[in-house]
Amino acid sequence: MFRNQYDTDVTTWSPAGRLFQVEYAMEAVKQGSAAIGLRSATHVVLATVNKAASELSSHQKKVFKVDDHIGVAIAGLTADGRVLSRFLRSECINHTFVYESPLPVSRLVVHLADKAQVCTQRSWKRPYGVGLLVAGLDETGAHLYYNCPSGNYFEYQAFAIGSRSQAAKTYLERRFQAFNNYPREELIKDALSAIKETLQGEKLTSAICTVAVVGVGEPFHVIDQKTIQEVIDSMEIREEAAADPGTMQEEDKSSEAAPMDI
Amino acid sequence: MMESAIVSCHDSTIQEIGIERTLYPYVTGTSVLGMKYKDGVLLAADLGGSYGSTLRYKSVERIKPIGKHSLLGASGEISDFQEILRYLDELILYDNMWDDGNSLGPKEVHNYLNRLMYNRRNKFNPLWNSLVLGGVKNGQKYLGMVGMIGTHFEDNHVATGFGNHLARPILRDEWREDMSFEEAVKLLEKCLRVLLYRDRSSINKFQIAKITEEGVTIFPPYSLKTFWAFSAFKNPTKGAEGSW
Repeated sequence: MFRNQYDTDVTTWSPAGRLFQVEYAMEAVKQGSAAIGLRSATHVVLATVNKAASELSSHQKKVFKVDDHIGVAIAGLTADGRVLSRFLRSECINHTFVYESPLPVSRLVVHLADKAQVCTQRSWKRPYGVGLLVAGLDETGAHLYYNCPSGNYFEYQAFAIGSRSQAAKTYLERRFQAFNNYPREELIKDALSAIKETLQGEKLTSAICTVAVVGVGEPFHVIDQKTIQEVIDSMEIREEAAADPGTMQEEDKSSEAAPMDI
Repeated sequence: MMESAIVSCHDSTIQEIGIERTLYPYVTGTSVLGMKYKDGVLLAADLGGSYGSTLRYKSVERIKPIGKHSLLGASGEISDFQEILRYLDELILYDNMWDDGNSLGPKEVHNYLNRLMYNRRNKFNPLWNSLVLGGVKNGQKYLGMVGMIGTHFEDNHVATGFGNHLARPILRDEWREDMSFEEAVKLLEKCLRVLLYRDRSSINKFQIAKITEEGVTIFPPYSLKTFWAFSAFKNPTKGAEGSW
């Protein structure tokens, strides 16, 4: 995108009927590190790539528990994401206080989308620069939604946002039709594989990713690093067994070109 | 009637001249009974509205359906009950407007009512009712009560007003899990008859309402057979020293 005379204010339309400030906000989402989500009939898994600013610092939190039955993963301006997570938690807890029952996911995302829309129609505000993958469970089943800075929201079987998310999306597009029947463990493995796609050759370890799950009888929680590393290790063993068994050891330790994207 | 003076400020709410709040009820309904049975929940109440000691209104329906999954019965001030129905009507309307496959069940309505009653009580302006909320959703039966001070609980059988003293002992003894509809009605009628004999604000015109997974049915009003020729009634003060 290039600068033009219609992009200064969020309340200025371009002659082609576009709001450039809103589109620029969506660009901010694309610059953030990747976040992906996938769901089956009974579980939803979220996974994010944790890129620390430098070796000295820790990485930013990109996965937030909103309630026992809902969690979010964000990509973009993490500060905006944190503030919106606080709003989501507040909505959930207010509903539970009055109705003693969990807020349906579809209603939560509408509240969030309406809040985002306000910022696209006030001259003294700016859109939130964060995309949210909302994963949750309610009486109508498991749900995964994507909330956009534009105020739009969509429901997905699987989705990826952030930088190099296209690689993950391509991976998911090939496999999503089977997801509805996947058991929990397969869903987690596929999430990790999708994350691996966005890493473009960098080694996948549990230190650089965060995986969270919510499901029937399982409240939303982040899975601990040790368990994730075990899953990654078991996946690698499977991959190597599928490849030529003779050269198994050398390929693993070589520092040559990255493994070919499948 | 208006408060014509400034109420003491020991509490944090100061009421001034001209501001109105509920002081006492005017047109009241008497007991409501509720109990779970095999297919769902049954509620029963008479159709009387008393104006003090006068039995002024004899066709007051005190049990109403709420949404698809609940029944609400009320004793106490009838106008406050009508106000509560207006609040619930709005609540159910907004719930339906979402049109998203989710709906408010009896548990949610019960909790909403609890919040409503408790908040009004905190403002020293209560809705003068004891409410019975029964319902079935996704096969789960629910029966709860909320009082005018915000007391609330769930149970297999509940009663308000005089029913607390006269009906609950009977229910405690004779209620069983998974009673058939006929058995449950018979038990309710036993309690209703006792209330009819002993509660002066009850009338011989009752409504039974049932709610199951399929929906709500409020039966037309009917009366119970009574017997007043018990020998004990002939000389009521016999053996009561000091009575006349």
